[in-house]
Amino acid sequence: MAVWARQVSRWCCLLNTARAVEFPGRLRSRGPRACRVFAPAAALPAAEELVPCGLRPYSHGAVGSCSPPDGAKGGSFSSPESNLPPVQQEQAKAEILPDLNAKILDEGWDDIPPSSALEVISEEEAVQIIAEPLLPLQSSTLRDYVDHSETLAKLVHLGVDLSQVEKRQKAGQLLLTLDFEKDIKKILLFLKDVGIEDNQLGQFLTKNPYILGEDLESLETRVAYLKSKKFGQSEIAQMVSRAPYLLLFSVERLDNRLGFFKNELGLSVKKTKDLVIRLPRLLTGKLEPVKENLQVCQIELGFQRNEIQQIVFKTPKILTASKKRLKQTFDYLHNIMGIPHHMLTRFPQVFNSKLLRIKERHMFLAFLGRAQYDPAQPSYISLDQLVSLPDEVFCTEIAKASMKDFENFLKTL
Amino acid sequence: MAAAELAGVFAVYKPAGVAWGRVREAVETRLLRELNAAPGRAPRQQVRFLPASAPGGGGAVGLVAARLPVLADHPLVRGPRFKKLKIGAGHRLDVKASGVFVLGIGHGNKLLTDRYNCHLTRVYTVGGLFGKATDDFSETGNLVEKTTFDHITREKLERILAVIQGTNQKALLMYSNIDMKTQEAYELAVKGLIRPMGKSPPIITAVRCLQFALPEFQLEIHCLHETQQYLRKMVHEIGLELKSSAVCTQVRRIRDGVFTVDDALPRTQWNLQSIQEAIQSCQLKVETELEKTLGHGENSLLHQLGEGWRHS
Repeated sequence: MAVWARQVSRWCCLLNTARAVEFPGRLRSRGPRACRVFAPAAALPAAEELVPCGLRPYSHGAVGSCSPPDGAKGGSFSSPESNLPPVQQEQAKAEILPDLNAKILDEGWDDIPPSSALEVISEEEAVQIIAEPLLPLQSSTLRDYVDHSETLAKLVHLGVDLSQVEKRQKAGQLLLTLDFEKDIKKILLFLKDVGIEDNQLGQFLTKNPYILGEDLESLETRVAYLKSKKFGQSEIAQMVSRAPYLLLFSVERLDNRLGFFKNELGLSVKKTKDLVIRLPRLLTGKLEPVKENLQVCQIELGFQRNEIQQIVFKTPKILTASKKRLKQTFDYLHNIMGIPHHMLTRFPQVFNSKLLRIKERHMFLAFLGRAQYDPAQPSYISLDQLVSLPDEVFCTEIAKASMKDFENFLKTL
Repeated sequence: MAAAELAGVFAVYKPAGVAWGRVREAVETRLLRELNAAPGRAPRQQVRFLPASAPGGGGAVGLVAARLPVLADHPLVRGPRFKKLKIGAGHRLDVKASGVFVLGIGHGNKLLTDRYNCHLTRVYTVGGLFGKATDDFSETGNLVEKTTFDHITREKLERILAVIQGTNQKALLMYSNIDMKTQEAYELAVKGLIRPMGKSPPIITAVRCLQFALPEFQLEIHCLHETQQYLRKMVHEIGLELKSSAVCTQVRRIRDGVFTVDDALPRTQWNLQSIQEAIQSCQLKVETELEKTLGHGENSLLHQLGEGWRHS
């Protein structure tokens, strides 16, 4: 204990005298962003970690967990979104440390004799020495820090997939700077109030970790706005859990998007709301592709306006489908299978399925002589049964053949 | 581990309209999903000293030893165990073609190189349609001309096929770089083993007409070093030779070395178990074929030439 405190106090004096003004500033601003530009590296400074440990008197003796340092870091750093250029800090840091080390060595040899490792110390001091290996200063994964950070450990127990979160831009950095008790708990309680279940929280945070860094008041304003638009509590819960980025959008943006869909589609307010509740990704995605898809449906595929409205209400996914795939599927369905527009309006789910699947199944039915899609005639096969049934059921019920026959037929195509 | 045990060559049936790269990726994704679904190793345990809830005596801090799992090994922190598999592709098929497509996994990729060096023939079923010609020789290209085809009979077609086979036979003998005047060459020719063992332009070793129903016809082609577009061009040229025009409707590979359509796995069977069974069942015949061809090649030409020198 004496040894430790002596060494640390020596370093403290040196640090304070050498860089009295600049060092605390550097401490403050070094934390939040990535030191390296490409990886979401954590800037947990090992040297600076020792400094706060040493400054505090050894009354806790918490050898295993490093939560006091985390707390100190969380407290002393300013807002997590500070945008100081990382490269300059990196260079400045690289310049400082060799300097300090040299100074420490120089002055250390002169005034105080170094303590020997063979010095006899008491049992209490021996127990309180921290002998763990230092945490890496930079890392590209959160695996190195998860055992030493209570925040990360609690997130893992909630079900957040850290291996996916660390791949996102700056998300890992954000998680390391937040503290569970102070910041994350409030947001989790807020999400529970909105209506997200406990077992869904992990998945939600994996897809959108940035919500943990959001301001609670703005989140509440947005939920209040949605309620003012007459979305019910359970509906809002459904929307938020299906489109995790929804609450990151400001009120103006949400307003614009809802207005856009009302104007473009021309459906009634109730139907537009129903659509948005079923596919809330429409509100968080881009709007140009939606406009283009509507144009494609009208001009190239030749659907009437009311037919488009019906199709979009039944399968809103068509608004975000790729145009090339839409055109190819329609071409095959209309020109080769001979299905008219009104049948396609009745069963728009065919546009969601893979073209290869439709082709194979249609050719099998044509080979067997059962390709009959006109409801007026006998042995009619409806389009939704054609695409949505799994292979075995399709073979036995619709085609009235065995799976083996289907596979042999596939090999002749 | 299951991924290390998965090694060998197997064949899948590539559907038409899909690029070969997508087929390879689909197989890889499916295998990775099944391998990652299996339970992994239990996490390492570590001993940590946690502060005791009730303080012991006086100033000394009570520490309790506890065995806890290392969180860095938790599946949510570590991620999936397998992220990539080494799957290599054999002789490729272009987008419009379908058929037997050989893939290799892990150590089986070395067998793929050996199979390439064997220069075994591949067999295709090529379907054609008389009456029109397009710019890329297939049905979906831009139309160039339309012609009549009533004058074409099966005999005329077979005469043209015989001419093609004859010219290709000469090319075969030329590119195989064997001196025709030796006894070894005669023995190889009797067994039908003369073929170019290095690079050569596409060579057709055998053609025959399977079906002929105007305007459609179907050919079976045995060839070496070919591309599917070359086969379509051949159909186009057959049309020109017959004083008409033809486009190719279907190119389907039914055999690649020792793998036939029966060995190929259809899309519904691209899963771990079927692939393992396929590798096992084809292993023996792949190895015998490789030994016969590559081992035979060394024995017949070099070895015997060496003996010839020693005798003389």
